[in-house]
Amino acid sequence: SFLMIRFRGRRPNCSAGVIRSVSVHVKDASAELDMQNLASIQGNEQEIMKWNGWGYSDSRFLFNKKGQAEFTGKRYRLSGLILPSLKDWFEGTFGANLQHRSPATPSLNLSAVAPPHLNQPFVEDLKAAGLSVSHDPEDRVFRAHGHCLHEVFALREGRIGRVPDVVVWPSCHNDVEKIVELACKHNVCLIPYGGGTSVSSALECPREETRSIVSLDTSQMNRILWIDEKNLTAHVEAGIIGQDLERQLNERGYCTGHEPDSMEFSSLGGWVATRASGMKKNIYGNIEDLVVHIKMVTPRGVIEKSCLGPRMSTGPDIHHFILGSEGTLGVVTEVTLKIRPIPEYQKYGSVVFPNFQQGVACLREVARQRCAPASIRLMDNEQFQFGHALKPQVSSIFTSFLDGLKKFYITKFKGFDPHHLCVATLLFEGDRGKVLQHEKQVYDIAAKFGGLAAGEDNGQRGYMLTFVIAYLRDLGMDYYVIGESFETSVPWDRVLDLCRNVKERIVRECKERGVQFPPLSTCRVTQTYDAGACVYFYFAFNYRGLSDPVHIYEQVEHAAREEILANGGSLSHHHGVGKLRKEWMKESVSGVGLGMLKSVKEYVDPQNIFGNGNLL
Amino acid sequence: ILSYPRHPVLKKRDDFEDVLEERRRSSDLRYALRCYTPTLYKGLVPCKVSVLKSIVLQSDHLQCVIKQVSSESGDSTECVAEEASLILDEMAHRMQLSTVRFFVFTLSKAFKRLFRSVCVNEEGIQRLQQAVQEHPVVLLPSHRSYMDFLMMSYLLYMFDLPLPVIAAGMDFMSMKFIGEMLRMSGAFFIRRSFGGDKLYWAVFSEYVKTMLRKGYAPIEFFLEGTRSRTCKSLTPKTGLLNIVMEPFFKGELFDVSLVPVSISYERVLEESLYARELLGVPKPKESTSGLLKARRVLSEDYGSMHVYFGHPVSVRSLAEGKIKRSQYNLLPRYIPQKPSVDTHEFLNDAAFRLVRIQEENMVLKPWVLIATLLLQNPDGMDLSSLTEQTDWLRHLALAFGAFLDWPDHEACSEVISCSLALHRRLLSVSAGHVQLSVTDAPQVETTPEEAVFQRAVVVLSCASYRNQILHVFLRPALLAVAMQSANSSRKDDIYNCFNFLRNMFSNEFILCPGDSVQDFEEACYLLMKRGVLQVLEHEIVMSASGQSTLAFLCSVLDPFLQGYQVVCRYLCEETNENLTEKEFIPAVRSFCFVSLSSDLQKNALAALLRLKAVRKVKV
Repeated sequence: SFLMIRFRGRRPNCSAGVIRSVSVHVKDASAELDMQNLASIQGNEQEIMKWNGWGYSDSRFLFNKKGQAEFTGKRYRLSGLILPSLKDWFEGTFGANLQHRSPATPSLNLSAVAPPHLNQPFVEDLKAAGLSVSHDPEDRVFRAHGHCLHEVFALREGRIGRVPDVVVWPSCHNDVEKIVELACKHNVCLIPYGGGTSVSSALECPREETRSIVSLDTSQMNRILWIDEKNLTAHVEAGIIGQDLERQLNERGYCTGHEPDSMEFSSLGGWVATRASGMKKNIYGNIEDLVVHIKMVTPRGVIEKSCLGPRMSTGPDIHHFILGSEGTLGVVTEVTLKIRPIPEYQKYGSVVFPNFQQGVACLREVARQRCAPASIRLMDNEQFQFGHALKPQVSSIFTSFLDGLKKFYITKFKGFDPHHLCVATLLFEGDRGKVLQHEKQVYDIAAKFGGLAAGEDNGQRGYMLTFVIAYLRDLGMDYYVIGESFETSVPWDRVLDLCRNVKERIVRECKERGVQFPPLSTCRVTQTYDAGACVYFYFAFNYRGLSDPVHIYEQVEHAAREEILANGGSLSHHHGVGKLRKEWMKESVSGVGLGMLKSVKEYVDPQNIFGNGNLL
Repeated sequence: ILSYPRHPVLKKRDDFEDVLEERRRSSDLRYALRCYTPTLYKGLVPCKVSVLKSIVLQSDHLQCVIKQVSSESGDSTECVAEEASLILDEMAHRMQLSTVRFFVFTLSKAFKRLFRSVCVNEEGIQRLQQAVQEHPVVLLPSHRSYMDFLMMSYLLYMFDLPLPVIAAGMDFMSMKFIGEMLRMSGAFFIRRSFGGDKLYWAVFSEYVKTMLRKGYAPIEFFLEGTRSRTCKSLTPKTGLLNIVMEPFFKGELFDVSLVPVSISYERVLEESLYARELLGVPKPKESTSGLLKARRVLSEDYGSMHVYFGHPVSVRSLAEGKIKRSQYNLLPRYIPQKPSVDTHEFLNDAAFRLVRIQEENMVLKPWVLIATLLLQNPDGMDLSSLTEQTDWLRHLALAFGAFLDWPDHEACSEVISCSLALHRRLLSVSAGHVQLSVTDAPQVETTPEEAVFQRAVVVLSCASYRNQILHVFLRPALLAVAMQSANSSRKDDIYNCFNFLRNMFSNEFILCPGDSVQDFEEACYLLMKRGVLQVLEHEIVMSASGQSTLAFLCSVLDPFLQGYQVVCRYLCEETNENLTEKEFIPAVRSFCFVSLSSDLQKNALAALLRLKAVRKVKV
């Protein structure tokens, strides 16, 4: 049918022809998003996204014939640039070698995809209702995974596990109601799909599911329905992707300010379903602070509040049953969000500290004084060096001379040990006068902890790392290096201990499991709160010589999570639980807590229509 | 890590190296003044002694307790803080390299006079060198003599390892000059008992933890709490062990390495002192003048000494699956928490296993075998039969995994005569007949009591050597006695009997709680392998050739069985209702004088209390 062909693409766009693309960011809010109009790829949807890796097909890291790293494409600030120090860093950190390649299967082998297990009457009813449906293998495979290491690794090897049997694209709230009603009637399993950026195995089809599995792709529900300038709210369909939402609001002079690292690809509904957190939460809040109203379709019917009051005392907040429900209760269809006028001025910054302890002490003080900038992140030494390896080739001798001078000043004159120093990256936002004042306040605090201002450039590069890290993982996987990130939140007094212990645990577990070369085990304090902080870990290693690297990887990550929990860290700050961290739920929220959640699930979805098996 | 190999015999142990050899060849002074550059902990936060004190006093933990104490007692916080500061002054060490160097010089001289050799396993030192860099280290030496901690520091200096800070009993501090000297060489002093004193406990535990967390220096303390007067390992104490493990439990340290160290003496310096103490002569108070008087000991030959540094035991691995560290998540970590029941059980178990490691790595000299035989033959033995039986015992001990230091290429008779010569004070040899006796010139007017007392001193001194090998024979001996008293060859019956005995003697010997089945199986295995028993599915049968071994094993335990019987008889026959604890020991002693050390009496009473056969009533 027409529709089936039309929507075969990875993320079909219903507004004819205009592909959501990397946006025009008036304020250049994030370092990586550049200002290109990518109308050129219009009409070529299938090629936009990688099928077995992160992000856009045209953007990837590679080592060119001279052995220099470069980033292809035109979308990002780094695109088209040579990164001269990446190779040395890569080889030195992982003991990897450019001669030893582990390339991915070039294309999806359609015969490896099991034929769909269709519930024919259900499909008929969908079609009769005028909904677009597909059981094309590519569409199904694309929606069968998130971006956990094991998922991407399997795709690269061309291994395909259980995939959804059908994909359906509702285009509005009513469509979703229809689909859910039919799913109940025919007893099929629905798995909501937003941006596909999950890192908790949340999109994996449960192996034990015997019913037909239907992927409910919200990407066509991507309109801003209204903007209320009096109350500064916007009512948006939940399938909208972060960067589109931001771009469209920007065009009207507003923003949400919600910028998770995945915002190029993740969806509003996904943020709600996983309790997402954005980089600039210090100004705008996390998703739970941003939502004013949520509409969700459940097998029991639609759940929503009756008004747009800013706060209510009406028993436990029903939003909190929805936030973090990870697709187990229903589909979020529409959300009313707070919006803000676009800030007048934005400024990056960075501070170098002699060591991680001093840096943490500074962040703690900033949090105590409640003067955190829009974003403040503290990278440890390893991550600082990682960030440094991404420095593009400098064109002028003068710049490189200046770099050398800076380095000399910090390491020799100020006596910072290059193997201990770490850097905090900052992003200020607001009106110009206040930003400058705020900046001074933060730098003054930093100075008390031995921090030296290290320029805007370093700050900006720090943020870039978080946007390209997933692309870098794909590069690593071409050369026997696998890795992943994970996160936690922890009270202030335990931050240092937790960071040290988890990093060391990773190193030790790798060694015990026969990983030949010491892993990259690095962290950053990535958000600050009154009572604690969010800590983000990167962990990667060279797997040459290991027969089952993914299994070893998973064992090490498991051990790292155990270590986090033993050190007073939470199960997750914003990635969610999914199926990956389910085993610790009871321990995390107590038996009674889990029972409460289960009873809600039982009431809302007694047939387990939303059977993705997450969380509980 | 701590589970025993099922085949104790196959245990591999390191070789020894005599460290005095080098000392006998080069200048002690130059040695004491040599450049000392120890390997350091990678996470070391260097700080001075004075800074250390202020860190402790300013710590959240101590501040919290000070406030608590102040609100409970009504004293001002300044006043309580002042008290805390005084406690810390009294406690803290003031390590100084110059003092250490002085000790190194004098100890070099002293050790060379006292010992023929001081043997150390260098592989153990290398392991320690590795461990010291990785994680904070806790040294856990066995404690048989005052020499122990002097020797430990001496050896660590010698091998360029960081000098430990040592938890020492307050009694040393009363030795004027020496107390301060020890303090300056790294000893810190703790009161023997401070049961309910919250503030004292807080200062003490925070002091130790701070040093550990900063990686300041290895912490050294004695699991057994005090010197073992009987040379038998004492039931370990868990207080300090808890303190050094807590930083790991609370996530403040990634790991802590515990290094059990076994120090064994061919002749213990305090040999006869101990025997007298056990017989009720009060321990002489530690004093500098007393020490000077004790110079006499310098003129004697104490044979060789062995120090075995065991494999470092990681607290993290020990606690794996046993301690839920998240139990500390909900309370700020500076607020003191009593260890939970689980934690307590874990600590106890760990302490026992560490002491077992100490025991297993204790070097045994041939004399230990001879003393065992002589004690079993109070009328003495012919030299030839002593030689023959010692040789037999030697093979039995080796089969049971004893760490025996038997000279390689010497005839058995040669080895025996050397041993007899070294310990001539405890025995008499005449016309090829060897007998325990008092060889000091018999005083003209000894009363019969005095004669008995003298004899008891010799017997107890000798027993302290036999005691060193008890851990080797203990499990098979318990089985042997169980078989004898079970009156049945059914495995169940024998096991029940074994279990009863094991239970009764668990204050007397190091028997890990909960290891009953394992111990029973080990005993069966050892005796079966030796051809003494046949262990069938439901039965245990003695082999024809096993009689002598079983008889020997039974008589190993005999003195203890008899001792416990005496205590029981006394309690049944002689006591009225109101026996106070203080009166107990002298009373039992006068009830049956011979060969009953106060140690055994205490243990027996503790066992009876534990088994609820006796009740303690507060008056």
